[in-house]
Amino acid sequence: MARGTDSSPARIPALGVRVLSLIFLSILLMNLDHRYHHLDAVRKTISAAMYPVRLVVDSPVRLWEWMGDASTSRNELQLENSRLKAERLLTNARLQRLTALEAENARLRALLDARERVRDEIRVAEILSVDANPYEHNVVIGVGSRDGVYDGQAIVDANGVVGQVIETGLMTAQAILISDNDHALPVIVNRNGLRTIARGTGEFNRLDLPFLANNADIQPGDLLVTSGLGGAFPAGYPVAVVSSVNRIPQEAFADVSATPSATLDQVREVMLIWSKPAVDPVEEIEGDD
Amino acid sequence: MTRDRSSRVLPVLVTILVSLMLMILPLPESAEPFRPDWLALTLIFWAMQLPRTWGVVTAWLTGIVLDVAQGTLLGQHALALCIVVFLTVRLHLLMRVFPLMQLTATVFALLAVYQFLLFWVNGVAGVSTELIYYWGPVLTGTVIWPFMYMFLSGVRYRSPAGS
Repeated sequence: MARGTDSSPARIPALGVRVLSLIFLSILLMNLDHRYHHLDAVRKTISAAMYPVRLVVDSPVRLWEWMGDASTSRNELQLENSRLKAERLLTNARLQRLTALEAENARLRALLDARERVRDEIRVAEILSVDANPYEHNVVIGVGSRDGVYDGQAIVDANGVVGQVIETGLMTAQAILISDNDHALPVIVNRNGLRTIARGTGEFNRLDLPFLANNADIQPGDLLVTSGLGGAFPAGYPVAVVSSVNRIPQEAFADVSATPSATLDQVREVMLIWSKPAVDPVEEIEGDD
Repeated sequence: MTRDRSSRVLPVLVTILVSLMLMILPLPESAEPFRPDWLALTLIFWAMQLPRTWGVVTAWLTGIVLDVAQGTLLGQHALALCIVVFLTVRLHLLMRVFPLMQLTATVFALLAVYQFLLFWVNGVAGVSTELIYYWGPVLTGTVIWPFMYMFLSGVRYRSPAGS
């Protein structure tokens, strides 16, 4: 029956009307989505429905990794184990110093009558092997609003800042990487406290620092850390290391590039930070006066 | 009757779902611009074969799902797929009698229209993209089409979907 109706040469009724209304609907949706972000609920619902599909797509990679784990030889495991033990010893030693320093810092801040910094809460999340938007540097992580993830939340890995959450679904969340063209974050130079903005370039291994004057005190090798000024990222996480400083005499601004500390194109596990704003930024500015 | 219907609908839905998965399958960075538009190709095939059942509405709905999956503007892929499938439905009688070479050339044009629409929306929304992302999928999609066509014809005529 389907065949009979499907291949009959007669015109398909109301095709033009249907197409026109769908085109109109698409344009309406795009406008609503682009300008007003009214459609988050729709997106979240479909995204939740997509969760099993994403899991299926992610599973071959996971299976491959699991097979790699399962077939590592005893020898390799022992080697890895001893390496990890050595690493842990080293980190523990550093951590002891850190605890002491933290206590000292808290004491000194108390002396200075400044508010104590609250420790950030951290949770590990996995990046699903799912390609998001091909035009932008986005990733999908395997936690969502069910786990308390919220829009704008900062994401770091073991080496530095990775990005931030831009869209929270029920079980997954979409995040933008700091290397994305449209992303910029406030940083300070760790050496001297110089404030500036680090902008993504669309390349995984390069950030751009477009707003530094020619005579700014910056040099290759300088570490950039988050300043906490934008409100999205907690202060003090490493972002990038300055790789090149090109001072062009006739230009107002220097051409400065930096290499992100996090390996943005290889990360698999990331950490989400729940930073309780220890001080309200506005309050802090007022307090300084 | 219902069983008959589900056995006709199932192969189409499965191929659409699989091509959706291929759209979000991770690729190495260098291969990323050359991912064929699997979903567009699948929808073009079914719109050409069974234009009454799988037309513009199906394309639009799948497009919305793809928009959510890829995090693009809601309606972007829906618009592009809907228009491309509309053109396919209008031309389906012609496309059915085309020899494979000519059909492939038509699909090339359809894919170019598809990518143009995506790029146009990107341009309006202020997303800048390199040109390789335009031509890459069009070229690989055209190369893959003859194989897709044979495979999907197999799916259609071997399964109860076509009878």
